[in-house]
Amino acid sequence: MTTETNNTVTFTPERLTKAQEIIARYPEGKQKSALLPLLHLLQEQEGWTSPEGMDCVARMLDIQPIEVYEVASFYTMYHLNPVGKHVIEYCRTGPCCLMGGEEVYAHLKQRLGIDTGQTTVDGQFTLKEVECLAACGMGPVFQIREKYYMHLTNERVDEIIDELSK
Amino acid sequence: MATKILTEHINVPGIETFDVYRKQGGYTAVEKAIKTMTPEAIVEEVKKAGVRGRGGAGFPMGMKWSFLAKPEGVPRYLVCNADESEPGTFKDHYLMKNIPHLLIEGMIISSFALGANKSFIYVRGELMYVIHILEKAIAEATAKGFLGKNILGSGYDLELVVQPGGGAYICGEETALLESLEGKRGNPRNKPPFPAVKGLYQSPTVVNNVESIATTAWIINNGGDAYAGVGIGRSTGTKLISASGHINKPGVYEIELGVPVEDFIYADEWCGGIRPGHKFKALVAGGSSVPILPANLALTLANGEKRLMSYESLSDGGFATGTMLGSGGFIVFDETSCIVRNTWNFSRFYHHESCGQCSPCREGTGWMEKVLHRIEHGHGHQQDIDLLVDVAKKIEGNTICPLGDAAAWPVASAIRHFRDEFQWHIDNPAEATQPGAVYRGDMALV
Repeated sequence: MTTETNNTVTFTPERLTKAQEIIARYPEGKQKSALLPLLHLLQEQEGWTSPEGMDCVARMLDIQPIEVYEVASFYTMYHLNPVGKHVIEYCRTGPCCLMGGEEVYAHLKQRLGIDTGQTTVDGQFTLKEVECLAACGMGPVFQIREKYYMHLTNERVDEIIDELSK
Repeated sequence: MATKILTEHINVPGIETFDVYRKQGGYTAVEKAIKTMTPEAIVEEVKKAGVRGRGGAGFPMGMKWSFLAKPEGVPRYLVCNADESEPGTFKDHYLMKNIPHLLIEGMIISSFALGANKSFIYVRGELMYVIHILEKAIAEATAKGFLGKNILGSGYDLELVVQPGGGAYICGEETALLESLEGKRGNPRNKPPFPAVKGLYQSPTVVNNVESIATTAWIINNGGDAYAGVGIGRSTGTKLISASGHINKPGVYEIELGVPVEDFIYADEWCGGIRPGHKFKALVAGGSSVPILPANLALTLANGEKRLMSYESLSDGGFATGTMLGSGGFIVFDETSCIVRNTWNFSRFYHHESCGQCSPCREGTGWMEKVLHRIEHGHGHQQDIDLLVDVAKKIEGNTICPLGDAAAWPVASAIRHFRDEFQWHIDNPAEATQPGAVYRGDMALV
């Protein structure tokens, strides 16, 4: 649920409380340490790290907006553009490839009818390639939000997409 | 029965909860440390144990602790590096997910030994579900009086904060991690000053890996000498090995250091052998950064003796015939694997993960990826192999942090040991670019 008026973004009351708890856990004057956690909180709420949302985070931490943008653009987890409902983050690194990761990825792209970085026309799925997710013994692997999907095969991918499309 | 220092109770149902962990003897080390030992005595036990940094560098943990500056009136910090991102490595993920209290217990003991009252666990952001598991464990331990104010009535206070990363391999480098923890881009810092003098918030700081910190509970319960009695030579204790690739039983295994590589690959207790119908071609023993070895060199030293899973034996022969234990990311390749394709894949990883601060790494990783891409895709030039060797040499040792070395070594070692395979791609582009095509020339498969 977003609470958007005049292009400004504010956190929902629950997330605002959570954000304040996060800010309070660092030593006096070191509130900028809360930046990465707050960006995660923003993305959880908005689906992406929108410029308006980043400006809101900057105000909360009393830092310049550029300090937020430069951090958000450094780390790969923050989506700097709007994304689909489900963002599939697919591991493309060596160990997963040894387990057939490239073949399964080709199938996934075909199934969704999109390429890396694109979103399906119905807005349901965005496909991203990511580097190693620290689950190499269970590859091929992809992640959607907090959930890991492991030991992927073409059939398993179809099941997951069917399930999420319902 | 092999000694299990970290994983003895990992399969006990409910071990992720405080009560079950406690029933298995959990938190007795905290009681012993805080009630009966001085911080100096704890540091001494860890030194005696000889435990070496399990994140990959292998630096003795006790010595790292003893470097911590202790100026009056300045807070000191312990930061746990749980940014596990080295391709092939998933042991910290496994440990934190399954037995979070072991890390929490280690954090309390280590923080007490170092005089830290606020400590951080920096977990890669992708593992948000593990962060929730750790936060729950911290809440439980706090409710039971093992964390917070006046722990066990000792007057010692400790607050643990779990910090998510944002998705950046470079933040596994300790100074980049500290920058990230301060809410900045993960650009590594120049050293000196070392974190032990000026670390988090410019205060003295120790950064240790998850597995390293987790050993302290056993060390306190059993003594540093007992820990040093496990393992072989200066490779004391046990190591978690993340095994992946073309083996029958991928997974995380705790081994006593000193097990022969051959046994680790073939014994049913561990990897259970190469998958049926295939032969062993190559090994990356310690995460994507360490030199790749052909099967024969992975199993035996240049003098014909068996190679062992230890810091010394794996690096025996230097980079000419050896490699490194690194993070214990053990990736096994069978004869269907294309070394050129895998090297290109790893190069793309390092190019993607370079922070961009130092030119040799920022530009060099891009060059290596591009040249390897064209060799793999049938457009290689005759001089490309030498060009790759040259670029790798110019990156190595010329950057602020070790990411440059980590990017150079896989390329240099792949060419050192599999040069014919690269040449075959350049000489036979039409054949080499067929789907699934792999060099089948003269090489020692096992």
